[in-house]
Amino acid sequence: MNEIINMSVLELRDAVIKRDMTATDAARAYLDAIDARNTSLNAYNEVFTEDALAQAGEIDNRLKAGEKVGPLAGVPVAVKDNICTVWGTTSCSSKMLEGFRSPYNATSVSRLREAGAVILGKTNMDEFAMGSSTETSFTGPARNPWDVERVPGGSSGGSAAALSGGLCAAALGSDTGGSVRQPAAFCGIVGMKPTYGRVSRFGLVTYGSSLDQIGPMTRDVRDCALLMNVIAGHDSRDATCVDSPVPDYLDAIDQPFDKLRIGLPREFFTEALNPEIRQAMGKAGEVYKSLGAELVDVSLPHSRIDTDENGALSSYAVACYYLIATAEASSNLARYDGVHFGHRTTRDCGDIVELYSASRAEGFGDEVKRRILLGTYALSSGYYDAYYLKALKVRRLIKNDFDRAFDNCDVLLCPTTPSTAFGLGEKVDDPLAMYLADIYTTSVNLAGVSAVSIPAGVSKTGLPIGMQLIGPVFGEQVVLRSARMFELASGTCRLRPPALGGKQQ
Amino acid sequence: MSMEDAVVVPIIGLEIHVELATETKMFCRCRNRFGDPANTNVCPVCIGMPGVLPVMNAKAVDYSMKVGLALNCEIPSYTKWDRKSYYYPDLPKNYQISQYDLPLCQNGYLEAPLPDGSVKRVGVLRAHLEEDAGKNIHDNPTHTGVDLNRAGVPLLEIVSEPDMNNAQEVLAFSRAMQRLVRWLGVSEANMQMGHMRFEPNINLHITHEGREYKTPIIEVKNLNSFKALEGAVTYEIRRQHSRWLEDPEGFALKKKGKQNRGWDDQRNVTVFQREKEEAHDYRYFPDPDLPAVVVDDEWRNRVAQSVTELPIARRTRFIKDYSIGFGEADALTQDSPTGDLLDEAVSLGAPPRRVVNLLLGKVSARANEKGCGMSELGISSRQLAQLASMLDESKINATAADRIVDHMFDNGGMPEQIAERLNLLAVTDVSAVEEWVDQAIAANPGPAQQVRSGDKKAKQAFGFLVGQVMRASGGKAPPATVKEVLEQKLTAD
Amino acid sequence: MSGKITPELVSHIGRLGRIELSDQQVVTLQRQLSDILMYVDKLKQLDTWNVEPMVYAVDIQNVLAEDIPGASLSADEALANAPQRDGDFFMVPKVLGDS
Repeated sequence: MNEIINMSVLELRDAVIKRDMTATDAARAYLDAIDARNTSLNAYNEVFTEDALAQAGEIDNRLKAGEKVGPLAGVPVAVKDNICTVWGTTSCSSKMLEGFRSPYNATSVSRLREAGAVILGKTNMDEFAMGSSTETSFTGPARNPWDVERVPGGSSGGSAAALSGGLCAAALGSDTGGSVRQPAAFCGIVGMKPTYGRVSRFGLVTYGSSLDQIGPMTRDVRDCALLMNVIAGHDSRDATCVDSPVPDYLDAIDQPFDKLRIGLPREFFTEALNPEIRQAMGKAGEVYKSLGAELVDVSLPHSRIDTDENGALSSYAVACYYLIATAEASSNLARYDGVHFGHRTTRDCGDIVELYSASRAEGFGDEVKRRILLGTYALSSGYYDAYYLKALKVRRLIKNDFDRAFDNCDVLLCPTTPSTAFGLGEKVDDPLAMYLADIYTTSVNLAGVSAVSIPAGVSKTGLPIGMQLIGPVFGEQVVLRSARMFELASGTCRLRPPALGGKQQ
Repeated sequence: MSMEDAVVVPIIGLEIHVELATETKMFCRCRNRFGDPANTNVCPVCIGMPGVLPVMNAKAVDYSMKVGLALNCEIPSYTKWDRKSYYYPDLPKNYQISQYDLPLCQNGYLEAPLPDGSVKRVGVLRAHLEEDAGKNIHDNPTHTGVDLNRAGVPLLEIVSEPDMNNAQEVLAFSRAMQRLVRWLGVSEANMQMGHMRFEPNINLHITHEGREYKTPIIEVKNLNSFKALEGAVTYEIRRQHSRWLEDPEGFALKKKGKQNRGWDDQRNVTVFQREKEEAHDYRYFPDPDLPAVVVDDEWRNRVAQSVTELPIARRTRFIKDYSIGFGEADALTQDSPTGDLLDEAVSLGAPPRRVVNLLLGKVSARANEKGCGMSELGISSRQLAQLASMLDESKINATAADRIVDHMFDNGGMPEQIAERLNLLAVTDVSAVEEWVDQAIAANPGPAQQVRSGDKKAKQAFGFLVGQVMRASGGKAPPATVKEVLEQKLTAD
Repeated sequence: MSGKITPELVSHIGRLGRIELSDQQVVTLQRQLSDILMYVDKLKQLDTWNVEPMVYAVDIQNVLAEDIPGASLSADEALANAPQRDGDFFMVPKVLGDS
């Protein structure tokens, strides 16, 4: 069983297709692991034991009958609980959608199934994807397998904890301001945010319409490339999903680039940067140089990070993000009103306005309410120009910076997070401090470009350090291939937390 | 000093919502169909379920552009959709996807014919495309039921300039708009099915003793019949005038913005509507889920080509070119395909008068019976042209023509073949006619004598004899020939 | 640029957003929203004169679907998650007037 949960997606799928093991074996291995360890990690909101075994059994039957199966045959995958599935419920870790049964599968989920994947269950997350620690979840926080008193990051913390904790072979998360990459960094795994428009959003419960993307979370870069092959591509049900061909992201992925130009955005390497993380970035730079890459100084002026006299960080990108994302969210979450689905107050209401207001007050947690109110304010009469419109203009400036930077380099290298995983409860009372966890990730969503976070090493206190590779629009190939270069050279691939027998660096 | 010699000018603008006759809804592929059982034309998208996204219906955009071009509007090269936020149970997302600052059509006009024959030109400020809401059902005393079948149906909102000054002009404009959208084939504009809804904005400009007064602007919400529209406009003008007379200074336009009133069609009055909470801050912003639409010249021209000659221009042409009357031309220009039939038949060589008579006679009667348009009966312009020519050349008479038309409705086929098969071709042999005439005269000496003697019943008698000849001939004798021969024979003696 | 966040403003936004707020929550939110807005005010420092707002994150236009009917749900499927139903209708407390 242990061997199975240590296999990469590619290894597992190859073993299943060769019939060295059955898909049912793989599913059972993970279901047993979930039984043993999910309570301590709270990674899953829901486990689809029967459905998963049925799906696995079906793959086995097809293989026995000599039928063709897809590129993810028998691979047990976890899906973040804001991605609609016809099995179980889609709760977004919120009381508002507790028990909601979706009548349809998200496009990404359908594609996983068509490829032969087995859906193990729905993972824990920050409520409605609003958070950076999975602490705003209605089902309680998920925990970091590297240190269970620490957060796994958010909002895709459950997916990260499940993957890192050996409870699935791969996972889907969603990323609006860093929600795949930051938990990937905190948990020592690979997490990608595709270019906006590369992967269909149909079935992803929308938070920030112009920022959201579903992204794969895997234990190494090759697995990430395979998952991208499966989920990326045009979907006629998502008007923002582009109709352009998906390259084979696995093609030549193990071949290092000859003369890779790596841009280092100077604004992300100020004195504010945590020394250990800076050191890890430095080491990464050396690794790339030893592979023949050139390190280039670039600038992203509007993504700069300032420190005030109290040591508090501030960033245009974070400010811009929190106006656009909350404005869009205030509109996207208006539909949760207790009328057609979702939580309805049991209080006797005199009129419909009271029904709405009480249901939403009861159904949403504090962070969600805060963001809805902030977004409502930013769009309201008299404030629209100063807040929402202003943020859209700053967004344009941020994007222009990336376009200019990529004139001089192929890919950018920078930290994913300002710190390693923080302790549970450490930032819950300070929303602003929580928002600042996103300083290295939000510009990417604002610009719509692609990025991946991969493990760069482990800190002195035994916590994973992530690093980010950012590529131009539809630049997933260069991002994944350069990430793979580092992974192969540095051996920081497929790290395991100590609890699962991992060695520390 | 009398208030009564104030000059009162009503200033009226109209918002018309037209439901477009697409097969499917604006953002999903549920059927756009009236009258189906509740909540059966719905899907996750139009219910606004978690995770869904809208995808724009191409035909809805084309139809809207068509109307815009027919209204002489500019179709800008860049247009987008915006979210309009408000909470209501028939609006599942609690925002409506509409257009705010960059509508699909702007700055046009419509010329509405008035009963006295003149024409009123009413400006069209803009027309934009948005989605309709579902329906709230108020049967139950304590609860409201919601049916989302209509949620997401494409709606064209047409906003006029405040160019109208009385109820008659408002009606004329509305009727002309109804006719236009039907003409273009973009909407059935059937009032009973709620395809057209009106919201007039009314206030009065009053001049009295050199001073100008403006009453507050009232918008009457949700009128869905011409009767209600006329009633509401008429009543509201009178009401505002009375209120002003009571208090000329007080009852004046104080600040920008409209007040809403509803129409009570039981009591025939407009009624105050409770001020809605937070007098709507709609918080419009561009919908990030829907990419903008860029209209190039090629697209604009393609749509423009499908906007054929408009009803009034065609009516004028028919009167002039085909020498027919106003009423006849009007009846033939209620929809585009019927007039097309006429034009095509004439272009095949048929005499216009005959085609018009056929259309407005038997064809129209059958269409009324079946409750459909004349062009939907399956009669082609070729069939009409041939039949009209046969009549003109006296190959058949009117009775025969009727039978042929019936046969075409039921079994199809070309008129010449049908006439042969049913033995309806007119007898062209004059000697046969003479024989029948001789027989009729011989069999009816009395009437024959009445005609010869110029008796006061001569006319009747003549008609009677004609009838006898027709019967003897089985309806195949050409009536004109029969009369000619009969006259000849009766005067010859 | 940033208006002062008063308790009245917080209550007003709560009404716009249809979220009932207790007095205590209004006080807390007043402080938190003020902090956040002071933070986002940083954007004032940037000169955005003549900068085109970036509404869409992807450069595509004219994404239009054919007007061909697809599958719909049955009334039961549509109402499966409804908190209250009345036959084949969603049910809510009486709504006054109509839109």
